Order: sequence, then C-alpha cells, then structure tokens
Amino acid sequence: MAIARAQKRNTTKKMLPRFFQYLVLSITTLIVLVPIVIMVFGALKTRGEMFSHPYTPPIPAHWENFATILKAPSFWLMLRNSLIVMVGSTGGVLIVCSLASFIFARMQFRGKDLAFNFLTLGLMFPITVAIMPVYLVIRQMNLIDSFLAVILVQTAFGISQNILILRGFFTSIPMELQDASYIDGCSPFGFFWRIMLPLARPALAAIGALTMIVSWNDLLTPLVLLNSEKLWTLPLGTMQFQGQYSSDLALTAAFVTLTALPAILFYLFFERQIVSGLTAGALKG
Amino acid sequence: MNISQVLKSPFRWPWRINISRRVQDRLAIFLFLLPSFVIFLLFIIYPIIRAAYFSMFNWNGMGPATIFVGVDNFKQILTDHVFIKSIENCLLIVVLSLAVQLPLAMMLAIMVGRELPGRAFFRAVFFMPYVLSEVITAIIWLGLFSADPERGFINALLILIPGVQAQNFLGDINQVMGCIFIVLTWKYFGLHMLLYMAGLQNIPREIEEAAMIDGANRWQTVRRVTIPLLGSTIRTTILLSVLGSLTQFNLVWIMTRGGPVNASEVMSTYMYRYAFIRFQLGYGSAVALVMLAVCLIFSIMYLRLSRQPDYLGGV
Repeated sequence: MAIARAQKRNTTKKMLPRFFQYLVLSITTLIVLVPIVIMVFGALKTRGEMFSHPYTPPIPAHWENFATILKAPSFWLMLRNSLIVMVGSTGGVLIVCSLASFIFARMQFRGKDLAFNFLTLGLMFPITVAIMPVYLVIRQMNLIDSFLAVILVQTAFGISQNILILRGFFTSIPMELQDASYIDGCSPFGFFWRIMLPLARPALAAIGALTMIVSWNDLLTPLVLLNSEKLWTLPLGTMQFQGQYSSDLALTAAFVTLTALPAILFYLFFERQIVSGLTAGALKG
Repeated sequence: MNISQVLKSPFRWPWRINISRRVQDRLAIFLFLLPSFVIFLLFIIYPIIRAAYFSMFNWNGMGPATIFVGVDNFKQILTDHVFIKSIENCLLIVVLSLAVQLPLAMMLAIMVGRELPGRAFFRAVFFMPYVLSEVITAIIWLGLFSADPERGFINALLILIPGVQAQNFLGDINQVMGCIFIVLTWKYFGLHMLLYMAGLQNIPREIEEAAMIDGANRWQTVRRVTIPLLGSTIRTTILLSVLGSLTQFNLVWIMTRGGPVNASEVMSTYMYRYAFIRFQLGYGSAVALVMLAVCLIFSIMYLRLSRQPDYLGGV
C-alpha cells in the first residue's frame, strides 16, 4: 500500500514538470507558427477580405493572388536569377573549400598554421562589415551588375567557416588510407579525388545545404552589387515588391508565401544536412 | 565504393614518373590552396585595404579621389550623435540577446532535452524561422506590428485587453528597438537552441545521472553540471550572437530604415545610408572600418575568453 502510494506520488511528481514542459513548448510553437500562418491565410484572401476580416482562416480559399504572381514573368526571372547565384556560390564554396581543407587536414608544410589562421580570419566579421569595401573593388574590376560578382563575393565569405568545418571532417578520415593509396602509386590529387571526396560526401552535403540557404536568403550582396531589374534575385525582388504593392496586403502576402515556399521545402527535405552542418561549425569553432 | 577497387586503378599524372613524391606534394599544396587564397585576398583583404585608403578622402565615387581629409572622416563619425546612437542600439541588441535570447534558447533546449516525445517536432518548428530569409521575416513582422488593429495582429490582440490601447510599435521611438529585438529573437532563438541541443547530445548522460545519485536536484544538476559542460557551445553562440547583433542590417532596413528619427539606426544602416544613398564613399569607407574595428575587438576578446578549459575535452 505504502509502495503503491509512493509510486503514485512519484508519477504525479514526474507528470507535473512534463505538463509544464509541454505547456511552455506549445506556447512557443504557437508564437513561432502564428506569424507564418497569418501570412499564408492572407495570401489566400482577396484584397477586400483582407480588410474586412484580416485574421480569420480564408474560407473559401482564393488562389487568384498566386495566379497573378505566377503569371508575371518577373517572378520566374527572379527565381531563375536566385538559382543561378545559388548554384554558382555553392559550387564555388564546395570546390574552393574542399581543396584547401584537404591540404590543411592532410599535408605538412611550413607556415601551415599561419595560412589556416589567415583564411579563417573571416570568422571575425560578417559580410555586412565588408560590403562597402567589396563594392569599391567590384566596381574597380568592372564587375558591377553581374552574377559573377555576387557569386565570387558570396564564395569569399563562405571560405572561413566552411574550411573550418571540412577540415574537421577530413582530419577524421584515417591516415592509413592515405599511406595505402600512396604506396599503390596514387598522387595527392588522386587520393583527394578518389578517396577523400567520396568519403566526405555527408560533410560536403552539409556545407552545400548551408551555403545554399545563405546564398538564397542573402539580400545585401545583390542589393549592393546588382542594379538592373532583370538581374534581381528573389530577396531583392521581394523587398521591392513589398514597397511597390504595400497597399495590396493580400498580394504581398502571396508573394512572400511563394518566395518562402522553396526555403521551407528545402529545409524539410534536407533538415539533417543543414543541422549537421551548423552544429559541426559551432562545435568545432 | 570499395577502397581496394579504387586503388587498383591509380590516377596517374602523365608526368608522374619524372617527379618525386616531395615535389608532387609541394605542387599539390600550392595548387590546392591557390583558389581560396586568391578569392580571399581579392574579395576580403584587398577591399579592406582599399577602404582604408579611401576613408581618408572626401570622395563621392565620381572620378579619382582627390580631396584628402586625413582622419577627418573618423573624427566626424565618432562625434556624430546619430552614429553614437547607432552604436548604442547595436550594444542594446547585444545585451538583450545575451541576457534574454540565449538563456531562453538554452532553457528550451534543456526542456526538450534528449528524449522528450515530440523532440524532433519541436526542433523542426523552432528552427523554421531561421530558414526564412530576413526579408520575408521583416515583411511578416511589419504586418504584425502595424499600428492599425485592423491590419496588425498584435494590436488586434492588445485591444482585447480592457484599458489597453493600440500601440505605435515601429513608429514609436521608445518601442521600436524592443520590436526589432522581438523579431530577431523569433528568427534566431531556434538556431541557438539547435546548437545547445547538439551540445547536450555530446554530454554523456552518466555524468548527469551521477550528480543526481549524489543528491543534486534537477536545478543543481543543470547549473553545476550541464551548463559548465556546455561551455564551448555557449561560447560559440555568444560569438555568433554578438557579431550578428553588431552587424544586423536587413531586418532594420526593411522594417524601419533606421527611423523614426534615427531611433532604430544601427551601424550597418548608417553605413548603408552614407555609402549607397548619399554616395559619400569616403565617409562610408570610414564607417565600414569603424564597424570592422568594433567586430575585431569583440572577436579578440572572445578568443581570449575562449581559452578557458574545455571540461568535456577530458571526458
């Protein structure tokens, strides 16, 4: 009897914090989701409904806003531009950083630590600080208003963090593999290309996914380096759209929803890669 | 791919036979490091040197810079009350982030813990705002903070409380920084929580259990065992948070443009205004250098502090 009572007390003692935990977490979930849900609701309303009852669920749903945006060529153009920049930057970061990280993880030479510390200097300041100086140099090189400029700058600012992450992964690959491949007559590049890269595929996927998000969401670099409207990327276009159609809240909401969709889908599919990239960077940094 | 299979068909340079292993290694080191060094030097280091040069000129970007003004730009920046205000605002965000956002993220991470049912769901939801761009975040919250209860959800909720009136939020010089901080927290607490959760994964459960067996209660265990063992993760989140707060641009620019009356001006919006709206590139360069200096001071302080012992290293 006493034991039963003690057990019961024990479970209530356990249940209460559990309940409290779920309460706090549910409230936080609401706070995170409500803004997004309100936006999606707004996107599915007509302009008039947006004024008469702005916060209710859109019943019946109106898809006209989406149709309006998807019919406009400018949306597809911006989508294409964003994709070009994203693919370029991600490719750039993957190539440049995997080459350098391989050397830092596997080769011995004088001044190695110095070289590594130098390349990771970029961790000390984000791109916002250097965008003004970068603009001066891009202008001097006559690269203003080109995707190449945006890609190069985004790649440059991805170097420090990604070299740090990749070096960690490369270092964890056993040294014996390298010795074995050298004995069998493999060149350094052969070892890198045929053994290191295939083994580091999860790491490459992680930094690739991270770089894609950073590039996709980047506003400042295209804002400063691109002038002509036909080169605008999605964040830039979204900002301009919001300024232009600020009176039509439903249409703005639809535009924002459409531009958010790729990021959210991407996140749902590649959550594991994104998370492992971020945590690897943080735990080793 | 099978390793032995790969090795049976070694990749051969055509000239491989003639050069020694040593030379080959040297060549690889040089060639592999070349791209990163070229890009890094050309688009990060060289620009900063150029900016340092132009910061000594009064230059509007047209033609060569000829009006040399020495350190006058810096003098003007450091005595401009708008810039001082922008530094204050940045520091305010830094302090609030460290005092509110990070503890909140850690509390949630510990609450979700290692095995709470629904753990993956909460993590996925809380991290979602991080994936949205700052442009989208800013536009969403611009709507929520609207002063008109017919358009702004927060005011619509507020006026339900008897005696509470609709607030101006982003239009009020005393509320605007608070609003921006709320948006920053909404967007970034999930990232920090994620990092703490990863850090918690690395702490062997036995250590916490041992503390419990020794008679520590839940709170004591968290304070004396969990948090010290999270040391390196905490330091990382502090650096990320401080640097992010000091250089925040997108949210502020889209939501308020630094207004009303400079009440939400931060260093980066100040820089952007002078460099890209008024086109005073010399002055803008000087502002960029001041920002760089502030960031470096924080980073170097961080490096000093992060030399503390890493307890988990010995586990």
